[in-house]
Amino acid sequence: MVNWTIILNIAKTHLLTKFKQTAIAALGVTFGIGAYITLVSFMTGLNAMLDDLILNQTPHIHIYNEIEPSKQQPISLYDDFKNSFNVVHSIKPKLSQKKIHNALPIIHFLNKKEEVKGAIPQIKTQIFYIAGSIEIAGNLTGIQPIEEASLFNLKDYIVEGSAEKLKNTENGILLGSGIAKKMALTLGDRIQISTIKGDVFPLKIVGIYQSGVADIDAIQSFVNLKTVQRILGEADNYITDINVKLFNIDNAFLLSKKIEKQFNLTAIDINTANAQFETGTTIRNLITYAVSITLLIVAGFGIYNILNMLIYEKMNDIAILKAIGFSGKDVQYIFMSQAMIIGIIGGVLGLLIGLILTNIISTIPFKTEALPNVETYPINFDTWFYVIGIVFAIISTFFAGYLPSQKAKKIDPVKIIRGQ
Amino acid sequence: MEIVLEAKNINKYFKKPVLFHVLKDINFKINKGEFVSIMGKSGCGKSTLLYILSTMDTDYKGNLYLNNQLLSGDSREKLSYTRNKHIGFVFQFHYLLSEFSVLENVMLPAKKLGEKSLKEIEENALQKLKILNIEQLAQKKASQISGGEKQRVAIARALINNPSIIMGDEPTGNLDSHNADNVFNIFKKLSVEQNLSLLIVTHDEDFAKRTDRIITMEDGRIIN
Repeated sequence: MVNWTIILNIAKTHLLTKFKQTAIAALGVTFGIGAYITLVSFMTGLNAMLDDLILNQTPHIHIYNEIEPSKQQPISLYDDFKNSFNVVHSIKPKLSQKKIHNALPIIHFLNKKEEVKGAIPQIKTQIFYIAGSIEIAGNLTGIQPIEEASLFNLKDYIVEGSAEKLKNTENGILLGSGIAKKMALTLGDRIQISTIKGDVFPLKIVGIYQSGVADIDAIQSFVNLKTVQRILGEADNYITDINVKLFNIDNAFLLSKKIEKQFNLTAIDINTANAQFETGTTIRNLITYAVSITLLIVAGFGIYNILNMLIYEKMNDIAILKAIGFSGKDVQYIFMSQAMIIGIIGGVLGLLIGLILTNIISTIPFKTEALPNVETYPINFDTWFYVIGIVFAIISTFFAGYLPSQKAKKIDPVKIIRGQ
Repeated sequence: MEIVLEAKNINKYFKKPVLFHVLKDINFKINKGEFVSIMGKSGCGKSTLLYILSTMDTDYKGNLYLNNQLLSGDSREKLSYTRNKHIGFVFQFHYLLSEFSVLENVMLPAKKLGEKSLKEIEENALQKLKILNIEQLAQKKASQISGGEKQRVAIARALINNPSIIMGDEPTGNLDSHNADNVFNIFKKLSVEQNLSLLIVTHDEDFAKRTDRIITMEDGRIIN
């Protein structure tokens, strides 16, 4: 038989008469939770930004023809040597075409699949940028600019010009910012490129591309699919890569295996290609949570300490309560509810402070060369963090209150009353 | 005569620092409306006995009956309830919750019992304060009233649930003679007018002499 009104009433009176101590204990929780919210919002925002930097422009599945040695050497086809031990030295990769055979039907087939958001062709080739007598090696990628922009956020990385302009200009080029800087070129200028075979083509700069990764920006440029085919002297169906974006990134691995089997091509899924990013994200999250939990544990010790003191001060009260018929459990509930009240009030204030701080941080300008599309510090406003924060506040204060309240429960009123 | 409290063969040992037989075979009865005092020298075990009778101390051998019901061996929860409903307690020191008002202190055991509405409890509490002539203190903080007043508030609190018996551990021990007299008169009045049983441990011989019966203890035994 627990009478909560009276227990809460006593708890409230205790807390209000010791307002300073209560406030300090609650502030401990507030600080812990506020720091947790700020940290986790900021860190995950930063994580998402760093991941986007790579993953946004990375296809979920990348299909291409890998140059590799044949897995089956001719000798293994010959039955006479079946039971003998063969060693083949100096295996050379097999001569195969870069082009994906039947690329257009494959793209058509992939685009029809339910889980596929889009599959688009690319042609990758090596070229030289020519500036007077200097030749700078580089990569030229033929793309479908509009589709590329919508599926792989190409727009975010075009710092001048636009994807539409590239599509509308037949001999236009989206030049890497590194090359543009090296060759002192700007929007509207002309640049000459040469293929490996030595054919020279003039192209008009319709945009500047900046991925944020300097090494890429120093070599990478984009042109229309058709332009590359023309430069290389290949037909309309010459396509070297297919990039696939899925609705759910988790399907990437399975689908890539399926494609490999079905079309006898190499298909790399995003997780295999970028395993290190997963690791980085996991470790950053781990650090965030370790710091937050430490803060909350410190706050928990504060509550533990203050409740312990309170119980010493309230020994007489506890003895009276027990003498007039309050059970040990009732007394325990009184002190537990004090801890919980401190936890809930401190926690809610902490969430508020976290919200305010993150809002302030999200307006601080953050300009960096590497991230052309970022203007302020990235903050992840995820409601889940707030749920986790308040739950953590309640759980930690529960434990901080449990031990002292257990002691209050066990206090022998006779000892206190007779002790005076 | 109706028996309110009965102790049968109560024995208690202190185990620390050395084994010590504090209470030796205590047997007695208290009837309804009886005003009984326990006397004895310091260390004779009278307070120890009182705390056993009050159900707060459960570490003893023997049987304790309240209203002819065996209490020995009950769970702590059940004993708390018994204490709340049937036993009123007055200590030597005043033992009020200092942060609460006088009225709240008096109401507390009734609120805990939870048998009546808040309004009824408040009316009862005011009525008890009136019996003790301290109704004007109702809204004051417990820490702001004098010692004699505090003891009367404690008595009002002991009365709030209309207990079967009131127990006191030297309730006048810390009061001057005027206030002590006052407290005695209140006890006497309760015993006569409301037929309430009282069991008071005291050192005060004058106090004891005016009660209905004196139980004298020596070395853990009742000698008379």
